[in-house]
Amino acid sequence: MSDAAAAAELAARTSYGRLVAYLAARWRDVARAEDALGDALLAALETWPHRGVPDYPEGWLLTAARRRLVDGARHAGVAAAAEAELTLMLQEHIDDQRGTRVSDHRLALLFVCAHPAIDEAARTPLMLQTVLGLDAARIASAFLVAPATMSQRLVRVKAKIREAGICFEVPERREMAARLEAVLDAIYAAYGSGWEDVAGADPRRRGLAEEAIWLGRLVTRLLPDEPEALGLLALMLHCEARRPARRDSGGAYVPLREQDVTQWSQPMLEEAERLLKTAARSKSPGRFQLEAAIQSAHAQRAWTGVTDWEAIALLYEGLLRCAPTVGARVALAAALAEARGAETGLRALDAMAPDAVAVYQPYWALRGQLLKKLGRNTQALDAYDRAIGLSEEAAVREFLMTRSAQMR
Amino acid sequence: MQFTILVYETQSELAARTDPKRKDAYWGAYRAYTKALRDAGVMVGGAGLEPPRTATTVRVPDGKRRVQDGPFADTKEQLGGYYVIDVPDLDKALEWAARCPSASTGAAEVRPNMPPPPPGA
Repeated sequence: MSDAAAAAELAARTSYGRLVAYLAARWRDVARAEDALGDALLAALETWPHRGVPDYPEGWLLTAARRRLVDGARHAGVAAAAEAELTLMLQEHIDDQRGTRVSDHRLALLFVCAHPAIDEAARTPLMLQTVLGLDAARIASAFLVAPATMSQRLVRVKAKIREAGICFEVPERREMAARLEAVLDAIYAAYGSGWEDVAGADPRRRGLAEEAIWLGRLVTRLLPDEPEALGLLALMLHCEARRPARRDSGGAYVPLREQDVTQWSQPMLEEAERLLKTAARSKSPGRFQLEAAIQSAHAQRAWTGVTDWEAIALLYEGLLRCAPTVGARVALAAALAEARGAETGLRALDAMAPDAVAVYQPYWALRGQLLKKLGRNTQALDAYDRAIGLSEEAAVREFLMTRSAQMR
Repeated sequence: MQFTILVYETQSELAARTDPKRKDAYWGAYRAYTKALRDAGVMVGGAGLEPPRTATTVRVPDGKRRVQDGPFADTKEQLGGYYVIDVPDLDKALEWAARCPSASTGAAEVRPNMPPPPPGA
């Protein structure tokens, strides 16, 4: 039993997205493709222990899932379904003649998930579910949404794909840039908003960081010449390389500036640098390449021992021109404070709209730090308190409490 | 829309309230959290509760009064307090619950407050 279960799991993990993409592209219905594949996986768990694991598990799953889809259509008894069935059988016949393995429609599926007609907030969850097979509960936890709500959102969005007849195709060259940006945005959202944190440490979305990198690799493999896709992967690898250094041995939070560079993953940093160089060759800079370049500037400390804050501030200014986010503005203020003094950094923070930063924790943490440096202790304590109250993680809370207690 | 965040604390957290080594961190975290709720303009009300050993539970089954020392449920995590907040939707309420110090150690349960019953109901 355990062998069959392991084989089914392995087949599921390695080919889930490819099978869903293949079935959904043929059937134009993501929800039914997933249900059919889910049934096929269950059938595999029931059958394989008795009859043995087939030589080509992926093919077995595909055949079983297709049978479910055809049965389902037959039950629905609509003429359109009969036509779809014929098309499907014809296509299968062609595939068999060619002796090909399941052709890869995952790129088309990624573009469907990030289609302009799909609500932006639903794109990442949809991608994680259809391409990676993550369950709604896990996605809900990562995005801090009630599991029932997340399930409903996913069901609704799949119905929309079917009803709106969204096309399972990779966009044409002239549309590519805009459509790809949406795909990359959705992958980056999976990597985690934690990286908006100026201090650069928030491991709470660890579970999805790996998945995001996997998706990033998939896109660069399927579209090897897109500089922004390379930029995104470089960005994620740079951030990921520092993960082990973000907590000390006792689990306490360590801000980026104080991290032990020997704990940064050298292979990941090197891979990120290579990707960024390749991207730069096409001479078409973009948001993700800029963000990766900022992380690359931080990484230089591992080789040179110093951080060029002036260069980092300049890169953030460039980034703000193409992606003016609250996170980037706070990060620019942090870089300015390092390069030109706390007063300059504070002025940059003061220039931000109060509504935009009311519950943005990194803003208050940086504000507390800069006011403390300027000796404005009462205001610093107030800002630190706000940052502590907005922190989600015990380690970050403790770090800020220690810093603020030094003034009491 | 109003929600209540129920603050469930472990025995160890409840003990931190009076532990000389840990009480500053404990109260500091809750003071800061309450301040963040107020500064964001979402706080409606709330209260901290004295520890469960101070609880007295009353039942009146079949008209017979039963009074018992201690909390209603004897569970690992106990209700330590609550916050009532006013936010647009459950997603926002969950964001605030995640920041509640008890979410890191015990739990923070979110429930929508019922609207008052319609007149005549």
